[in-house]
Amino acid sequence: MSVDILMPALSPTMEEGTLSKWLKKEGDTVSSGDVIAEIETDKATMEVEAVDEGTLAKILVPEGTEGVKVNAVIAVLAEEGEDAGSVEAKKKPDSSPVPETEKKDEAPASEGAAAPEAPEVKVLSDPSIPEGTSFTETTVRDALRDAMAEEMRRDENVFLMGEEVAQYQGAYKVSRELLQEFGDRRVVDTPITEHGFAGLGVGAAFAGLKPIVEFMTFNFAMQAIDQIVNSAAKTLYMSGGQMGCPIVFRGPNGAAARVGAQHSQDYSSWYGHIPGLKVVAPYDAADAKGLLKAAIRDPNPVIFLEHELLYGHSFPVPDLDDYVLPIGKAAIKRQGTDVTLVAHSRMVGFALEAAEKLAEQGIDAEVVDLRTIRPLDTATVIESVKKTNRIVCCEEGWRFMGVGAEIAATVTAEAFDYLDAPPARVHQKDVPLPYAANLEALSLPNADDIVEAALKVCYVK
Amino acid sequence: MATKPKSSKKAPTKTGKDEILKYYRDMLLIRRFEEKAGQLYGMGKIAGFCHLYIGQEAVVTGVQACLKDGDQVITGYRDHGHMLACGMDPKGVMAELTGRIGGLSKGKGGSMHMFSKEKNFFGGHGIVGAQVPIGTGLGFANKYRGNDHVSVAYFGDGASNQGQVYESFNMASLWDLPVVYVIENNMYAMGTSVDRASAETELFKRGISFEIEGEEVDGMDVLAVREAGERAVKYARSGKGPYILEMKTYRYRGHSMSDPAKYRKREEVDDVRSHHDPIDGLKKHILEAGHADEAELKKIDNEIKAIVKEAADFSLESPEPDPSDLWTDVLKDAEVA
Repeated sequence: MSVDILMPALSPTMEEGTLSKWLKKEGDTVSSGDVIAEIETDKATMEVEAVDEGTLAKILVPEGTEGVKVNAVIAVLAEEGEDAGSVEAKKKPDSSPVPETEKKDEAPASEGAAAPEAPEVKVLSDPSIPEGTSFTETTVRDALRDAMAEEMRRDENVFLMGEEVAQYQGAYKVSRELLQEFGDRRVVDTPITEHGFAGLGVGAAFAGLKPIVEFMTFNFAMQAIDQIVNSAAKTLYMSGGQMGCPIVFRGPNGAAARVGAQHSQDYSSWYGHIPGLKVVAPYDAADAKGLLKAAIRDPNPVIFLEHELLYGHSFPVPDLDDYVLPIGKAAIKRQGTDVTLVAHSRMVGFALEAAEKLAEQGIDAEVVDLRTIRPLDTATVIESVKKTNRIVCCEEGWRFMGVGAEIAATVTAEAFDYLDAPPARVHQKDVPLPYAANLEALSLPNADDIVEAALKVCYVK
Repeated sequence: MATKPKSSKKAPTKTGKDEILKYYRDMLLIRRFEEKAGQLYGMGKIAGFCHLYIGQEAVVTGVQACLKDGDQVITGYRDHGHMLACGMDPKGVMAELTGRIGGLSKGKGGSMHMFSKEKNFFGGHGIVGAQVPIGTGLGFANKYRGNDHVSVAYFGDGASNQGQVYESFNMASLWDLPVVYVIENNMYAMGTSVDRASAETELFKRGISFEIEGEEVDGMDVLAVREAGERAVKYARSGKGPYILEMKTYRYRGHSMSDPAKYRKREEVDDVRSHHDPIDGLKKHILEAGHADEAELKKIDNEIKAIVKEAADFSLESPEPDPSDLWTDVLKDAEVA
């Protein structure tokens, strides 16, 4: 009986990878545990070990092949007593033996995230980009990296610290190659000690340095939230303006994929609640770059919320030497007249996707990307509502005390007479994020939820 | 390696008369200032939490004597003594206690939250133990800049049970940061005695598993503090890494003004007051060594009283902050990129 060797999933979010190298050739004997190949994901190069024993009968995917889907058959193993020359790969779908439900669940995530590469993005996101500027497709991951590298070149006081940021090159590879350029004085691997190194960063900032503190995810920053809120955010006020804290706390925030409740939480409203903090949550790569540069230069503590599921997505980034965006400014990512969809971070992708679907039904939606949660650009939101008279507030976090609640209250207070329907909210269900694929999908908001809410405020449904 | 308790020695002969009289002055200023603060609290002029340093004066006075300009200091909420020892204006400290615009934080910080960039005093922190990683970060900044400054992080026996203290010890030792950790063991974390809260009551040993040198010091003897402080600061300044000093000390008053201190016997307090008081002890030494006579010391007393009176008067005359100050200092203006 021959055995198919499949392209393995090497991280929670991996969908495909590059088969960079075969370490065994056809005809070689393979024992369980032998390293047979090397696979490169967008995060790392990983070794693939054999699970079964036998003879490597056929290599179906040659080394150097990019974009090999998870679960694709990459080779066939002949078991003992079998003629290696005669085995065939079993008939399999080219990608995935994953149950149908799961495939469906994952689909919106990737499509939603990829959707907004639409050309209107760059035109609308920043009118300050000079006419004729060229753009380079860049992943959010690399845009963040470039922002840090540029600011570290510019200012000797800027340094990066966190778990695995240096030698490992970043748990999500956001700090790739920074150690090589800046050395271990300025790219500092910390022990697993979030409370401690957040406080240490605050002290360094009090002393006039400009730390970038990376949390491997914002879920782990819960250990450090006292230092962020009580020490970083409040000290300027408590010192009567003497003691500034120029620090950036950054890292992935919100839901990843299938990592369960403790690793999947959106902290936008938590930090958005605190006077003395600025809170930034960009969606595309250009905003990620321009706003991270601004955050590093800002003399205040800035919470910079990234999204793991966006790291690998590419967007056009302007080829400018010093692309800095203002914190506290929303961007209209799609103009429309019938309903305002307000979103931040990954939800912007779903909002844009929803807008396309709504367009098919003759509804012209405007998508406002908040980009910053605090200070919140309520003026842009209200201007939009005055035009559309309807609003759907979209966020990945929970509804209760959420960002959408704040926006809905503001719009109701300041644009009451313009509203033709009560503000609607799209959000995560009010439960800890479940692990099971179907329940996870039910819990998280997506483009269809936004469409449904928009139809409701337009009284179509 | 680490951690034999060093018996505190009496005045090393090298300490000169001027220095000794300065310590006397500094300790007396803290004592009289705190007594006045307690009085103003009783009169309702100071509100909220107010933690007095009376009894512990030798600790900060002795350690500060080892520092040079540019070294940084950070502490917890029992911080008035540290600010005075750092040379911050008693008027500004007292006016902060009364919540007036003339206070060091313009009345917006209060007893536990005062800072001075000029004197390199980084607070004044109300969360028990939070100053320890921050102080470690000050040391990190010194090492990053390649200067020879040290930071001193003061904390109490209560804070010494906080996890972030050990996270800080680990990083400080791992990276050889120039930080002196001064544990002011006044024997009670609010109402809980050290032996009820700590599995290891010899707190100078708390750095052993991080390979940090530690020693126990008689925190009621300013000269012993000074001597140990010199050792610790020299060690940190030379690039060898952090150092722990456990100061055995005592607070005469309650944890805060609202603490009746029922958890210890009156006799215990009286015994320390009559036999181990840091100011009386130094006074005796001064007189015996002939550094000054009663009349000269009396003159110092009077000078201190005048300073404290001036601070108290200022703290009551200074106006409250303007209502518009409510909205200032939340964020700094960002420079235009």
